[in-house]
Amino acid sequence: MAEVQALTEICHKLRAHAVRMVHRSNASHLGSCLSVADILACLYWQTLRVDPAHPDWKDRDRFLLSKGHAAAILYAALAERGFFPVGELDTYCMAESRLTGHVTSGVPGVEFSAGSLGHALPVGSGIALAAKRTGLPFRTFVAVSDGELDEGSNWEAILFAGHHKLDNLTLIVDYNKIQSFGTVEDVLDLAPLADKFRAFRWAVHEVDGHNMEQLSGAFAARPQRTGQPSVVVAHTVKGKGIHFMENSLAWHYKCPNAEQMQAALQELADHA
Amino acid sequence: MRTAFIQELCGLAEKDERIWLVCGDLGYSVLEDFADRFPDRYLNAGVAEQNMTGIAAGLALMGKTVFIYSIANFPVMRCLEQIRNDVCYHNLNVKIVAVGGGLAYGSHGYTHHAVEDLAVMAAMPNMTVAAPGDPQEARAITRLACEDPGPMYLRLGKAGEPALHATPIDLKVGCSIQVRSGNDLTIISTGGMLASVLAAADQLRTQGKSIRVLSMPFLVPIDEKAVLAAIWETPAILTVEEHGCGGLGSMVAEIIARSGEATCFAPLRLGRTPIKVAGTQDQLRTGQGLGVGDIVRSVERAMQHVSSRMASRKRMPLCP
Repeated sequence: MAEVQALTEICHKLRAHAVRMVHRSNASHLGSCLSVADILACLYWQTLRVDPAHPDWKDRDRFLLSKGHAAAILYAALAERGFFPVGELDTYCMAESRLTGHVTSGVPGVEFSAGSLGHALPVGSGIALAAKRTGLPFRTFVAVSDGELDEGSNWEAILFAGHHKLDNLTLIVDYNKIQSFGTVEDVLDLAPLADKFRAFRWAVHEVDGHNMEQLSGAFAARPQRTGQPSVVVAHTVKGKGIHFMENSLAWHYKCPNAEQMQAALQELADHA
Repeated sequence: MRTAFIQELCGLAEKDERIWLVCGDLGYSVLEDFADRFPDRYLNAGVAEQNMTGIAAGLALMGKTVFIYSIANFPVMRCLEQIRNDVCYHNLNVKIVAVGGGLAYGSHGYTHHAVEDLAVMAAMPNMTVAAPGDPQEARAITRLACEDPGPMYLRLGKAGEPALHATPIDLKVGCSIQVRSGNDLTIISTGGMLASVLAAADQLRTQGKSIRVLSMPFLVPIDEKAVLAAIWETPAILTVEEHGCGGLGSMVAEIIARSGEATCFAPLRLGRTPIKVAGTQDQLRTGQGLGVGDIVRSVERAMQHVSSRMASRKRMPLCP
């Protein structure tokens, strides 16, 4: 695999972009961006077969970010990967920018818009079904938050994908344990999550969502088990990488002021 | 109408491999032929309309022309956000087919009455909204649905509707059909009310009244030219639909208002109170003031109103 150190540096870069973008635009959802950073870095620099020069290449792997509120860091990953100029990240959430606060199609590299939760897994399942029935070799990946697994539409899709043996589909759960207005445990506990997926006929990998080797290994398995869709339950930390944001519900909403931004960027630089 | 739809779709699917049919565990004795002939392009998504619509969006992203099929409100209301965000926002090639539009499921009760669907679907971006008046119109619209690459809502009746057009018709998206010519009043009908409207028009003709009848199979885009012609060429307009507010009547009213002309206008539609009694489609229509006799009386009232207004030379001949 590409060196873990190189991927770790990319993660820091993506996190730093997200911090600056959210600060500049007075936006939110930074904690959600930080928890999914390693997952995105592993996907875009290690796993996905994509070509930034040809974003519509028909045999590319598809990645759909269902937790569309983590748009800032997805845009950062796409820009750093070469889908569009990194300088455009400065326009995030600004007037007339195509980089809206929730993931929107039309941005090079974005497969599907998301914002309201529970939408991308059914769509990804449709893509995977079409690929399977027409013999196309690419893989489809969908990343959801833990909170959005409250949505019934996801469980309809989980039932569907298991039934239809979509082993070309991989779901990634960014399991950071904190949702919009409380902890997952307090609001609607998902545990035992892996067992739920197994009961729906999915092959399950549980990994440390900030460990690049574990993520890479889980994403590379193709399929983990023939005839079953795969789920990677990635245990993550909301706000990961910036100590005063970690495991804090408040940073789902708060925007760092100039001082906090500097502290955050310094901490990321120190660990780079 | 559903038989006409599926026959036409099977014929089209024979020639076009992009066509898929996805149902929500409904379609007994209707969809079997398609499922048998094109098993790789048929899918029963189960009783899960949100996922069904998302799946259809995913298939459409892969270049498929996807028909979703279910009954009444099921493919419209439960999955409305999937229609809005997944299908319409992305302008995907997904056709939502609802069988049993209006009060076709009569005695099944209010859960099965599709009487707000046209307004809801008309509000969706990029959505074409169609409600054929007879099986020939249903066939023509099914053909157009395969040619037109965007989202479409197709409200069908059920089974056994009379063929009102003697021969196959050639439609264009957004075009209406003048089924009867006349200059005393125009009745504009959408969907399955066309048979009742024609029966009323023929009855009125025997009284010497010359009634123009427009079948309006597309609500979005609506045939504005035909409505404007009716405003200019006939002194009154009656709209008839098996639907509540926000449908044909509201759309025609907007065109009248924007035209700046003062025409007599009477919308005949369902009220806002859910129907809580059993009955056949015809019985429920009659109970709701949508029977043939109601249409005849509405025309007579409107024409009487126009005459009295003209006689008194008042400028604004608005109907009560």
